[in-house]
Amino acid sequence: MQNIVSIKNLTKIYDNDFQALRDISLDIKKNEIIALLGPNGAGKTTLISIICGIVIPTSGSVTVDEFDIIKDYRETRSQIGLVPQELSLEQFEYVFNNVSYTRGLYGKAPNPSLIKKILKDLSLWDKRNSRINELSGGMKRRVLIAKALSHEPSVLFLDEPSAGVDVELRQEMWETIKDLRKSGVTVILTTHYIEEAEAIADRVAVINKGELLVVDNTSDLVQSMGQKTLLIDLHDAIESLPLNLKNYNLTVLNDGLSLSYNYDSKSKQTGITSLLQDMKEAGLRLKDIKTEQSSLENIFVELVRENK
Amino acid sequence: MNYYAIRAIYLHEMDRMRRTIGQSILSPVISTSLYFIVFGSVIGSMIPELNGVSYGSFIVPGLLMLTLLTQSISNSAFGIFFPKFTGSIYEVLAAPISSLEVIIGFVGASATKSLIVGIIILITASFFVELKIQYPILMLFLLILTCLTFSLFGFLIGLLSNNFEQLQVVPLIIITPLVFLGGSLYTIEMLPEFWQKVSYFNPVVYLINGMRWSFYGSSDINIFISIISLVIFLITCIVGVAIVISKGYGIKN
Repeated sequence: MQNIVSIKNLTKIYDNDFQALRDISLDIKKNEIIALLGPNGAGKTTLISIICGIVIPTSGSVTVDEFDIIKDYRETRSQIGLVPQELSLEQFEYVFNNVSYTRGLYGKAPNPSLIKKILKDLSLWDKRNSRINELSGGMKRRVLIAKALSHEPSVLFLDEPSAGVDVELRQEMWETIKDLRKSGVTVILTTHYIEEAEAIADRVAVINKGELLVVDNTSDLVQSMGQKTLLIDLHDAIESLPLNLKNYNLTVLNDGLSLSYNYDSKSKQTGITSLLQDMKEAGLRLKDIKTEQSSLENIFVELVRENK
Repeated sequence: MNYYAIRAIYLHEMDRMRRTIGQSILSPVISTSLYFIVFGSVIGSMIPELNGVSYGSFIVPGLLMLTLLTQSISNSAFGIFFPKFTGSIYEVLAAPISSLEVIIGFVGASATKSLIVGIIILITASFFVELKIQYPILMLFLLILTCLTFSLFGFLIGLLSNNFEQLQVVPLIIITPLVFLGGSLYTIEMLPEFWQKVSYFNPVVYLINGMRWSFYGSSDINIFISIISLVIFLITCIVGVAIVISKGYGIKN
C-alpha cells in the first residue's frame, strides 16, 4: 500500500534541552488507522505536532503525500486535520461559525452544506447556534473533530481522542473513526488506552522516551509478542506445589484451587503435555482447563518496562 | 496567497467586535464624550483660544489619537493573545497560512476596528464642539497609518505577552502617559522650557501634532517630521514582528 506520511530520522530537542524524539522513522500507509501508543511524555504529541506544523523539528524530515512539511507546508497542511488533546476552543464562539472559521483557515471557500453534513454526522446540528461554553465536554470534543474535518482532510490526527470521554461516546467516536477510514481518510491517533488501539487500529506503533520501540499490525503484534497462559482449576485446594511440579513456572492462585502456566504458543515444546502428565502423577484432579492470550496491554507494559 | 484564510481571520476578529460591542465601541465613545464634556465644554469655556481655535476643538485631535493608539494596541494584542491563552492558536499554526497572511488578518481587523471607533469619535466630537478639518485626505491618511502602525505594535505585544498583566503593561504604563504628556490637551509651548525639550523625546508628540495639523493647518511640529516619525515607527514595528516570528512566533516551539 502507498505511504501517505513518511517520517525519516526525526529528532526534537526543546530549548530546555529535553529530547522529546530520538531518530524516529515511520511510514504511515494510505487509508490505514495507526495508533501511536505510549505512556505520558513518550513523545506522541510532539511527533504529531511536528507533522502538523505546530512544532519545529530539530533534525530529520517528514513528507505528506510526498510533499515536505517545511518546504511545501501549504500542500501538506491543507491535507491534514488535527484534533488536539486539550479542548482548545474559544468559549464564546458559536458552533457553526467556529467550524466554518477553521475551513476558511485552510484556504477553502465557505461551504455551509458541508458544515451542516459534518455537524449532523457528529450529532451537533442541534447545537449549531449554541456557544461553545454551553456544551458538555464530549460535545466540545466533537466540535474539535468537526473543525478538523471541515476542510476535507485526507489525513486526520487525533491526539488522545478518548481523554475524558465517557464509554458511550468513546464507542461512538470509534465508529466515526472507522467511517472516516471507509471514506478514504488515513487516521493517526495517539492514545494510552490500549483497548482503543486494539479496537480500531490496523497497526500500532509503541513510543517510549522519544524512541519508536515497535511498529506492527495489531493482531500480528499480539500473536508474535504475546504469551499464552494455561489456567487450571483443581478439584481440591493444594497447600504447596508438589515436588515434581517445582520445575514448571507455575503460579498458585485462588487459595490453591487454581494454577496458571505461561507458555509460548509458537515454541515447539510448550510443556503442556508433560505438565498435565506430572500433575496426574502428583495425584491432582483437574476440574477445568482454559487458555488465555496475553493482551496488547501486557505487551505494551512489557515493552515499556524493558525500555526503562 | 491564502485569501480565504485572511478573510477567515479578519471576519473572525470583526465578529469578536460585534460580540463585545459595548467594550469595543461604547466604552471609548463614552469615555471620549466625558473628556469633551469636562475638558471641552466645562473647563474649555474658561480657556482662551489656542492657535486660533477654541480649546474644545483643539483637544479633538489629541483625544482622537489617544483612542486610536490605545484601541489599536489593545485590539490586536488581545486578538493574538486570546487564542494563545485558550490554546486555539493551534489551528492558526497548523493551517496552510504564511506569517504574513496571519499578520494581515489580525492587524487588518484591528486597524479596521480602530478606524471605526475613530470615525465614531469624530462624529461624537461634532456634537460637543465645532469641528473643522482643513486637510481631510491627510487626516484620513494619518488615521489609517496610525491604526495600522499601532495595531502592528499591539500584535507584537500580544505575541510577546505570556499573561494578561504583561498584555496591559505597555498600553497602561507607557502609551497612556505618553499620550497625556504628548500635548493632547495642551500645546508644547505652554510647558516650561525644560519640559518642552523633554517633550521632543516623546514620539507621541509628533503623532498628535501631525493629526492636529491636518485639522487646523498649524501645530507645534512640522507635518513632514510627524509623518516621517510615524513611518519610522511603522518600519520599527514591521522589523520587530518579523524578528519575533522568525524566532518561532513567540508561540511555536
